[in-house]
Amino acid sequence: MSDQSPILEIRDLKIALPEGSDRPFALDGLNLTVKPGEIVCMVGESGSGKSLSAGAIMRLLPEPHVHVAGGSISFLGDDILAKTDREMKQIRGNRISMIFQEPMTALNPQKTVGWQIDEVLKLHMEGNRAARRKHAIEMLNRVHIPDPESAYNAYPHQISGGQRQRVMIAMALSLSPKLVIADEPTTALDVTTQLQILKLIRELQQEDGAGVLFITHDFGVVAEIADHVIVLRQGEVVEQGAADQVLNHPQHPYTQALIASVPDLAPPPPKPVSTLPVVLKGTGLKKTFAAKGGLLSGKRKAVTAVKDLSFELHQGETLGVVGESGSGKTTVSRLVTRLLEADAGAVDVDGKDLLACSPSELRGMRKHIQMVFQDPMASLNPRKRVVDLIAQGPIVHGEDPEKARARARELLELVELSPAAANRFPHEFSGGQRQRIGIARALAMEPKVIVADEPVSALDVSVQAQVLKLLADLRDRMNLSLLFVTHDLRVAAQLCDCIIVMQKGEIVEAGVTAEVFADPKHPYTRNLLSSIPGRHWTPPVRNTDAA
Amino acid sequence: MKLALPPILIYSLRRLVQAVPVVILIMIGTFLLLKLAPGDTVDALVGDMGGADAQFIERLRVEYGLDQPVWVQLWRYMEKLATFDLGWSFVYEQPVSTVLMDRLGTTLLLMATSLSIAFTVGVALGAIAARRAYSLTDNVISTLGLIFYATPSFFLSLMMMLLFSVKLGWLPVGGIKTIAGFYTGWDHVWDVALHLIMPTAALSLIYLSFYLRLMRSSVLQVADLDFVRTARAKGAGETRLMFHHIMRNALLPVVTLFGLQFSTVLGGSVVVETIFTLPGLGQLAYQSVIQRDMNTLMGIIFLCSIIVVIVNFLTDLLYARLDSRIELA
Repeated sequence: MSDQSPILEIRDLKIALPEGSDRPFALDGLNLTVKPGEIVCMVGESGSGKSLSAGAIMRLLPEPHVHVAGGSISFLGDDILAKTDREMKQIRGNRISMIFQEPMTALNPQKTVGWQIDEVLKLHMEGNRAARRKHAIEMLNRVHIPDPESAYNAYPHQISGGQRQRVMIAMALSLSPKLVIADEPTTALDVTTQLQILKLIRELQQEDGAGVLFITHDFGVVAEIADHVIVLRQGEVVEQGAADQVLNHPQHPYTQALIASVPDLAPPPPKPVSTLPVVLKGTGLKKTFAAKGGLLSGKRKAVTAVKDLSFELHQGETLGVVGESGSGKTTVSRLVTRLLEADAGAVDVDGKDLLACSPSELRGMRKHIQMVFQDPMASLNPRKRVVDLIAQGPIVHGEDPEKARARARELLELVELSPAAANRFPHEFSGGQRQRIGIARALAMEPKVIVADEPVSALDVSVQAQVLKLLADLRDRMNLSLLFVTHDLRVAAQLCDCIIVMQKGEIVEAGVTAEVFADPKHPYTRNLLSSIPGRHWTPPVRNTDAA
Repeated sequence: MKLALPPILIYSLRRLVQAVPVVILIMIGTFLLLKLAPGDTVDALVGDMGGADAQFIERLRVEYGLDQPVWVQLWRYMEKLATFDLGWSFVYEQPVSTVLMDRLGTTLLLMATSLSIAFTVGVALGAIAARRAYSLTDNVISTLGLIFYATPSFFLSLMMMLLFSVKLGWLPVGGIKTIAGFYTGWDHVWDVALHLIMPTAALSLIYLSFYLRLMRSSVLQVADLDFVRTARAKGAGETRLMFHHIMRNALLPVVTLFGLQFSTVLGGSVVVETIFTLPGLGQLAYQSVIQRDMNTLMGIIFLCSIIVVIVNFLTDLLYARLDSRIELA
């Protein structure tokens, strides 16, 4: 297949950013070729310019602020950049189509699935309504949507995330385009769904012989799907080559560092923690989000988020809570911190039941158990200086403000931020730095237990590795216990001593991480583990402390 | 037993039942509030007559039932209200319901036309302004909207009168119809329409800017959303994007405002109705306050609260129709 003429050929592409940006070019000298039947993966961290290159190919850049400043894009031998708007409209959706990241927001909420697929057909296909409908239903069938007829009439909010992404794919492939651009199509999906979608893209692309340009930040996904890999950093190509070559023998130090930051699937050796005292113990926790409404208003179905959950967390131990979305893992983190009232059960922190505390006792207990949240953007008050954010907790608990602030500065050093950061505002920091501030804030209370709810999911892989390392380091140094909620099994494997696998509010399997990973007992755990993207690929370890 | 009614009917019935306590509370609240105000109908009547002896005043009070304690008065009023009897207006010497019905048509006509015009034109202009954001067109539209918004309604009305009635003589100064005209059929319709042009224009110009500004920001917001990008990547043109993808979603907050304003526009029309001497509810409310015509005032408030409840209900229905994600429950 390497002898065929390329579908897409990009030569020396430059995309200019508006003046005053951190760099003049979002993309500087991109060369890329996509051949028929080939999947080319473009990998890079946020800000590397990978999504803008997709925009350039579709001619959908936010011009004139961001525009192509040089180079050429040729599609089947035609110069894309020389096309008129009218010609581009003919190409978009027809010859080149796109799949986007968020299946939640990428579909119009007010139009039915059928209408939205029909729109592409109406724009580019001859044929009457009945013929188009038949074609659309056939496409829904091809992407393996159960009951395509009813899905055709459904609104996007009535179907699941995975199905929405299938609809996107059906829409993108309905006219057998020559080139499909997939911009992080599986990032927002659960791991089992992700695998299905990746397989689907592979399958359909092989049937149609289309070329795929696949944009992702996840090396696991790359290992799963790529034929050819291009690694971008800050708008520059640092390395490209065959997938096998780049994944297993990366040449450029940046690629090596990126690959080294991919969490290894091999769990740490189990710690002999079971002899240490239990610091956090949940017994029979239960939470049902009650049916709302009463005599005069409508009723909604009750949802059981957590049913009868028990666990023990020893001193210095990390307990991972893993599961897919809707499994109730976040509810668990809210229950044990009593940010949400449980319906039944007990949470013993240091031998005292947190759930039975009176409001004033609870306030005192709060300092023993602290949280680190998922979104470092939203969880820090944007109007407060970093030092005040960190010192706020101790001050509320009666610490002398001056001392608390001095301690906050020490904590910043502990989380490897410069003390100068103290007087700045959260928006002046990157995502990783903000998450460090979040950790410092949790540590300020000198808690016994830290509950971390997906603390690294919003971060780039290299930053993620650093934050994980910091957490592990602090845990060992300060003898902390961690309750670590995550959907990412690679992250769990790296950090957690023990693990709880949750499905639909119930624990399906629990045990020492290494044992669970090596020999999963429950079919759901097995399914989860076998869905990890790139599980057959072991990242070569070269330079562990780079990045 | 399960009733096999269509969900929309069940929903409507439930809303109807919910509305009853709301209206009752409003009526009790306003009754007590009005009683707190010093002076009553008799004071106002006697003031109008230029004074009367104490015995006559006492007899009037007994006749109107004003000598009873407030609780008894309230109970009697609510009892009558339960049979939809709004009482007797001592000022107009007619049942309150007759007085109200005479006036309701004018106000509803004025409200409905001016709000519809404000809504349609505002939405259209807002969408145009957003599509050409930060251009000259946008600036002109936004500035004009702001000017009309900032102009007090009485000033706008008076200036229009000055220009169109006094200087140009095109339009009648006030009233709902030519008094000595005795027009019938289409002549009558045309006559009323001529009389309503200025008040409607004054009201809608003021409300227009709300819709304009809200629609503009709403369109700008929606135009940035992912599904608009998806549609673009499908090869849809700008017109198609605007009508099928952006407008439909951008309209939702505007509809909310429409519902809210329809309920409050009655208050806004007091000034305009008074200036243009339109015999509507606003003007009636104003006069009833001056003359302490308690029953009429309560009747107006009753009518208004019912209009608010109905409009809210209709807005919710419309919203559910427009936004597929909302289910009536």
